[in-house]
Amino acid sequence: MRVFNGPVLFLDRSDINTDEIIPAKYLTEIDKESLKPHLLEDLKLKGFKNQGNAFDEARVIVTRKNFGCGSSREHAPWALEVNGIHTVIAESFARIFRQNMFNGGMLAIELDKKTIDGLFALGRQGTVHCSVDVNRKTLSFRTAKEKRLSFSFSLMEFDETLVKSGGWVEFADKRY
Amino acid sequence: MNVTEKIFKAHVRDEPFPGTMVLSLDLVLCHEITTPMAITDLMARKKDRVFNKNKIKAVIDHVSPAKDSKTALQGKILREWAHRHKIKDFFDIGANGVCHALFPEKGFIRPGYTVIMGDSHTCTHGAFGAFAAGVGTTDLEVGILKGVCAFRQPRSIKISVKGKLRKGVYAKDVILEIIRRLTVNGATDHCIEFHGDLISRMNMDERMTLSNMAIEAGATSGICLPDAVTVDYLWPFIKEEYGYNKKKALNDFRKWHPDPDAAYDKVLEVDAGKLKPVATFGYKPDQVKPLEDMKKFKIDQVYIGSCTNGRISDLREAAKIAKLKPLAKGVRGILSPATPEVYKTAMKEGLIKIFMEAGYCVTNPTCGACLGMSNGVLAEGEACASTTNRNFSGRMGKGGMVHLMSPASAAASGIKGRLTDPRELLRN
Repeated sequence: MRVFNGPVLFLDRSDINTDEIIPAKYLTEIDKESLKPHLLEDLKLKGFKNQGNAFDEARVIVTRKNFGCGSSREHAPWALEVNGIHTVIAESFARIFRQNMFNGGMLAIELDKKTIDGLFALGRQGTVHCSVDVNRKTLSFRTAKEKRLSFSFSLMEFDETLVKSGGWVEFADKRY
Repeated sequence: MNVTEKIFKAHVRDEPFPGTMVLSLDLVLCHEITTPMAITDLMARKKDRVFNKNKIKAVIDHVSPAKDSKTALQGKILREWAHRHKIKDFFDIGANGVCHALFPEKGFIRPGYTVIMGDSHTCTHGAFGAFAAGVGTTDLEVGILKGVCAFRQPRSIKISVKGKLRKGVYAKDVILEIIRRLTVNGATDHCIEFHGDLISRMNMDERMTLSNMAIEAGATSGICLPDAVTVDYLWPFIKEEYGYNKKKALNDFRKWHPDPDAAYDKVLEVDAGKLKPVATFGYKPDQVKPLEDMKKFKIDQVYIGSCTNGRISDLREAAKIAKLKPLAKGVRGILSPATPEVYKTAMKEGLIKIFMEAGYCVTNPTCGACLGMSNGVLAEGEACASTTNRNFSGRMGKGGMVHLMSPASAAASGIKGRLTDPRELLRN
């Protein structure tokens, strides 16, 4: 399994689409690594800087509703993957993006609005570290001041299996 | 059962876990942007095979002709793969067109089919009563190799559109109104079923415009019920199969209608007679307002084309307006017929001449500017009246604004140099 833990990048907006995650002009790339410098390149979001080392630390994204809407491009989860971000936590996801995450063995976790609000409040106190336990389906968040929040989450059995078995190609190849 | 439930029941191959259904696929469609990575991954895994060469169709459409070495390589990978696996339905330059216009035109899509493609607007093919869903490259890769795809158990929204459209109001206005009401995620994890007498009277081009934008409300697919219009459209491809008997085809297609007691999660009613010509004003496709309230928005470019509105009936409606007056000074007009067949028909009918005399540049069929890849990308601060399907920030070029609207509204806006209700011109 991948590493799902690490510092959180907060993106406080709903409907962040896959054109924003990776603009179409980079869809001409045929290796994932080339996408690395362009993650969220054109995202317009107050207080968010996408230049320089924005993703050097982040391993987890926390965001609002309908993350990953729009184009089906798997380049969006790939751009996250090559930046070491293997977990996205949101109020909700667009279907294709969510499936692309699980198909690649990554996590798209849905939490309710109140819980997400609480995480954003925690994020305003400084850097937040997130730990994910896929087996127990628990998430815990802590700040440098050791303030902690813990939650359980749910996954469809199929999605959990994809995460544990390395993705859809591996699963399908064995079974069909 | 509703339509999606019927199609799922007929195609389910496996239920590996509760709530997950693995369907056998009737068609796996491929283009040069999302398929090459699936091909190279299959090669790296030493599994460069296809499940059924006759059920795979491929086209180079997104950037054609290739604009640089990278897009040329993408085309090359797809082309060589298609040749290697003897995929006979591969459409290269000269015969290529926008996938969701080209594949239906070739008669590939049938009612009750399961169809996937690495392209979110695959839902277009729901216009034929098929379950057609956009997927990512990994789903596409498994589709190519195994002919299966996994979906969550479907839920459906029934949208009933009743009444007659007023002059200047088109299928595009209907779907924009539906998206406004559903919002951009109102149909996530649902399939939309389009019902109502207006849909029954729509031609296939119009139905494809509706189904095409189901994804903009988050829907997995957008399905129209197959009827005599569907039979007529597909007739050249199915007449032998049905023994030259249209009634037989119609009866067969009807098995993909919902049962009288079909269940829906949600029902939405649209009174077609009340709709006005509309356009989007923001960066989300649910931000929709009547054009008559947006006369102050200036435009720099008109784009008529795409898988939403690049078909012959779209060109005919736009030409009715384009022939009235040339483009306003300083407005760039781009017409991109969606397929070679659309292009040829438009030439035969004199439509290309109308557009050229109005000052339009006519491009070859390609997705091009719709997703900001080529053939009409906007500069920062520019605005485009566009018949495409997405107005996301940066979609047609960084810093550009895209206003989505019908072909008639786009043509009218080109004449006035600002967002324009086509009735302003149709009245005169």
